[in-house]
Amino acid sequence: MNHISPVIYEFLVKWLTNFRLFPPEASKIAPQMDALFFFILLVSLVGLTAVVLLVASFSILYNRQRHPVAVQVEGSTLLEATWTIIPLGLFLMMFVWGALIYFRVYTPPPNAMNIYVVGKQWMWKAEHPGGQHEINALHVPAGRPVQLTLISEDVFHSLSIPAFRIKREAIPGRYTTVWFEATTPGTYHLFCSQYCGTNHSQMTGDVVVMTPEDYRQWLAGSTSGASLAQNGERLFASLSCNACHNARPDARGPSLANVYGSRLTLTNGQFITVDEAYLRQAILNPSQHVIQGYAPIMPTYQGEVSEEGVIALVEFIRQLDSDYRIQQTLNTTELPPENAGEGNAAAQPAPSAKGRAPRNSTPRPPVSQPKASRPGTATPPETATPGRGSEGKVKP
Amino acid sequence: MSNSTIVSLPDQSTARIPKRNYLNQENGLLSWLLTSDHKRIGILYLISITFFFFIGGALAGLIRLELLTPQSDLMVADTYNKVFTMHGVIMIFFFLVPSVPATLGNFFLPMMIGAKDLALPRINLFSWYLYMAGGLLALYAMITGGVDTGWTFTTPLSTHYVNTNVITTGLAIFIAGFSSIFTGLNFIVTIHKMRAPGMTWFRLPLFVWANYAASILMVLGTPVLAIALVLVALERIAGIGVFDPAKGGDPLLFQHLFWFYSHPAVYIMILPGMGVISEVISTFSRKRVFGYTAVAFSSVAIAVFGFFVWAHHMFIMGISNYTVLVFSLLTMLVAVPSAIKIFNWTFTLYKGSITFETPMLYAFGFIGLFTIGGMTGVFLGTAGTDIHLTETYFIVAHFHFVMVGGMLMAFLSGIHFWWPKITGRMYPEKLSQLAAVITFVGFNFTFFPQFILGTLGMPRRFASYPPEFQILNVFSTAGATILGVGYLLPVLYLTWSLKYGAIAGNNPWQATGLEWQTQSPPLTENFTVMPVMYHEAYDYEWLERQNQASRNLASQDQAKQGQALGKEKEVPRVG
Amino acid sequence: MSDSPATTHGAQESANAADPANSANAAAPADSAHPEHPPYLLHHFESAGQQADAAGFAMWLFLLTEVMFFSGLFTAYLIYRNWYYTAFVAGSHQLSVVLGATNTVVLIISSFTMAMAVWCSRTGRRRELTLCLTLTFLLGLGFLGVKSVEYREKFENHHVPGRHYSLQSFLYPQSDPKIFAEYHDRPLPLDEARHTEVYFSLYFLMTGMHAAHMVIGLGILGFMILRARAGAYTAGHATFVENFGLYWHFIDIVWIYLFALLYLISRH
Repeated sequence: MNHISPVIYEFLVKWLTNFRLFPPEASKIAPQMDALFFFILLVSLVGLTAVVLLVASFSILYNRQRHPVAVQVEGSTLLEATWTIIPLGLFLMMFVWGALIYFRVYTPPPNAMNIYVVGKQWMWKAEHPGGQHEINALHVPAGRPVQLTLISEDVFHSLSIPAFRIKREAIPGRYTTVWFEATTPGTYHLFCSQYCGTNHSQMTGDVVVMTPEDYRQWLAGSTSGASLAQNGERLFASLSCNACHNARPDARGPSLANVYGSRLTLTNGQFITVDEAYLRQAILNPSQHVIQGYAPIMPTYQGEVSEEGVIALVEFIRQLDSDYRIQQTLNTTELPPENAGEGNAAAQPAPSAKGRAPRNSTPRPPVSQPKASRPGTATPPETATPGRGSEGKVKP
Repeated sequence: MSNSTIVSLPDQSTARIPKRNYLNQENGLLSWLLTSDHKRIGILYLISITFFFFIGGALAGLIRLELLTPQSDLMVADTYNKVFTMHGVIMIFFFLVPSVPATLGNFFLPMMIGAKDLALPRINLFSWYLYMAGGLLALYAMITGGVDTGWTFTTPLSTHYVNTNVITTGLAIFIAGFSSIFTGLNFIVTIHKMRAPGMTWFRLPLFVWANYAASILMVLGTPVLAIALVLVALERIAGIGVFDPAKGGDPLLFQHLFWFYSHPAVYIMILPGMGVISEVISTFSRKRVFGYTAVAFSSVAIAVFGFFVWAHHMFIMGISNYTVLVFSLLTMLVAVPSAIKIFNWTFTLYKGSITFETPMLYAFGFIGLFTIGGMTGVFLGTAGTDIHLTETYFIVAHFHFVMVGGMLMAFLSGIHFWWPKITGRMYPEKLSQLAAVITFVGFNFTFFPQFILGTLGMPRRFASYPPEFQILNVFSTAGATILGVGYLLPVLYLTWSLKYGAIAGNNPWQATGLEWQTQSPPLTENFTVMPVMYHEAYDYEWLERQNQASRNLASQDQAKQGQALGKEKEVPRVG
Repeated sequence: MSDSPATTHGAQESANAADPANSANAAAPADSAHPEHPPYLLHHFESAGQQADAAGFAMWLFLLTEVMFFSGLFTAYLIYRNWYYTAFVAGSHQLSVVLGATNTVVLIISSFTMAMAVWCSRTGRRRELTLCLTLTFLLGLGFLGVKSVEYREKFENHHVPGRHYSLQSFLYPQSDPKIFAEYHDRPLPLDEARHTEVYFSLYFLMTGMHAAHMVIGLGILGFMILRARAGAYTAGHATFVENFGLYWHFIDIVWIYLFALLYLISRH
């Protein structure tokens, strides 16, 4: 050991201990994808070997010294057909197999646990339904399907977890989803794989897969008090959503109890299934997503609520199985509008476990003026920008 | 004629460069800068793209130096981002796209079809000026602050989130795009309207077919890139909002518009290279290309199918699963013609008479490396595996295998193959074979580890990375050093050969193309008499009959001369 | 295609000394006889017919690239109109159909005068050719004049996308009394009103691109008028005028599409 230079020794150590050819398989889909990968690899190797062997053997057999006069061969339709059909057949096999896996990765099972992930320059913010917030980290239980609902606050990012073999772009303006079921507890890399600016390489993190018991403990220890749905409920009240969506007989907006997952008809006759994407659009671009039978009077909240606020609202609506909580909000005080911009409960303590305002506030009557008097649209704006926030950007 | 080489040079003691040729027809800088001779324009392009290649290569060197260590320690992240962006922009738009078409295509297309020039010679010169304007503007953008959006200009990063020279670079690419469009337009018109008598479509050399297919792509695809760049520029300047979700726009629209050009662009880059390979493999195995019609149609098929696969660059971007299905299927279809070509070239060797001069070495390198690159494309076209491999170093390795291992090798093969015709001189064979081997070895060391890095999950465009990826990165940088040597050597010995290379004569490779039946370097008007094509492409038997006829003439002449003068006289070969 | 040149070149030295290929052959040894050919025939072509053929083909190909250039904008229009139909209707109500129709008629007439110019060139009518080209030029200028009036109006109403874009006309249609009297638009909700900016972006992009092509066309047309007066296009070589005519007709056709798509959205 003394005769090997320390540099080379360190190099060898690194090489022998750290050298992997393949990432770990830590999700249920990983071995399936790897099987396809190895099939394509096998076909490629066979093809490459065939070509290399042919070229090499022809070069030796028909070397000019050995074979000075070339024989002009026109071609062979049979050969052409063979090497058209066989590769085509193999490629089509790969296509079908790959399409199956692709659909599998992007079709979450209905019982998947949902975690929202917001990407922004240059960090990942994960929001668990129970109110746990993480930055550049993701704690997930093993053995349960987990769906990630992604969105970006600014530019394109891409959440990549090589050990799970999943990757999905987080784009501004729209939710994208991907799901996985982690199998092996451990810590794995999480990357941003879509170039997003200066600190793109720093936008990395850890995915921590835990046994169900450890995960329960972690959940209990990391909660900030209010779950996403509870935050959503607060926003629902403070943004006066309950002015129209209050399940009263004369309500101007449809009841939101159990609306998630239901199939509704829009005013243009189109059928939609209410999912996160629809709910987000209904909050930010309501005029085009009005349910049949209702007037198109819902104001847009674009610029009034951040992506995290929208996530909280969506989660709140998702969990609504009765009108009880909505009616509770009608009894609470309107909270100051600043909270609307920071729907992140981690920044401030929640009023109480149930999210109700302190008792001494006066109850606020439901707003009944027409939409023109809402803040942000009250005065005829000279420009397109809403009252707060900068041109074209949703506030962080 | 020796048995290990087909090179047949004239007697060096008496051979001279022909007295009148396109190089000495006129002299002076203006005669070059205002030329309408397609050959001179080809040389102008050759000099400029070599210049830009070395700038792009220097940037690549910087990238690999940075990636020697896991930390971002050689340059700050912003600088690294600018370096890889400019590397991409320069290499793609200012080297790869014009490389074979604008140099070898410009030079040889008219000669191969028996014409005196391209259909629109002044537009051809204008193309070169547009290219230079674009290139110099890109350099200016680079020097005055650079651009750090990636060569893909992804919105909204490029429209609202960077403060660098996006518009200047976009404008540079826009201008260079017109250069490309005019070149393609010129080629299509020339091939349709100016073929010599007897030169039917199926007697054309496959190099012409390949450039024809690439020209279709240039003409139809590049304008869409132009409009995409205009939209980005206007969104930056005026905030128009077509890509801005807050205003109702959709950033994915930019992706569609951008990739609608940029996918056909990769076929623009590779098809002319494939054309070169057809010529070289045929010549150095003394055989017509196996399955001529299949190869010709494959070129056109690649061009046509190439327009329908663009969204395979967007599989994980949130497009509908059914869209992914359609584009994945089409991508499988576009892979087949390339496979057909590889097999046809391989079987061209069957029962041939093969020698291993430098162009052939590069062609063999192409076959191996393009097969690997192409097959890794199948990994990416298969939607399932694409999820894991996209946006990682697997992609980087894939496109470098096809572009550098494929296209650049084909370009070097073509340069060496046609060097005697362009300059009248031979390059030094042993040194160039060495350079080819060095390039091949260096290339594999550089880019093969990147496949593994990608499979492991290392994302693209990372200035810093987790330490466990370092070993492979070190291998890659080591390979890049070797590769750099391999690329530097040709510049040196080719320049040397201009003065000291052996005189090549008309047809040192004994090739069958029309361009080889005239003097080296050619006349400005290419042919003194309009050639008439009465034989098929790659007809070596015809060539043998020609040679036999001129040998008979020569020996008759000798016999007469010998009686009169008692010494031998050299008779130039007649095509 | 006229093949009877007024002058021939061959035995006499041509006036096209600027052509390098020309001077190269002028220095050629005397063994290659210089056959007679019209002065406009470039030396790399075998015949005037081949040259005209190639030039025409090249022009059609170039127009194909122009179609691809505009197609990106048409694609964007297609998608966004599909998504934001109401906003597009509201936006199009801000355009004056009268002015748009006027422009359409102006361009169609200019296409007619251009076609006449091609005929004049082919039949050797120098004065009529100059007149037709001048008329085309003036009509083109008229088109741009009307366009600039429209653009100015947009600017004054704060309908130019960007920093100063105003939603007022869409949130409060009554604030534009003339337009309201004609269409009686409902006020748009804020989120739909925001989408009108996309409509106007496309309006300015498409008509702006079109206008840029017109400006280039007028520039070339100006050059052509001067050359036509000197008789360059009536000596048997109508190719330049014919190919420019193709370009001009292309611009006209694009405008007709733009007029229908931008101005006539809700009119059936």
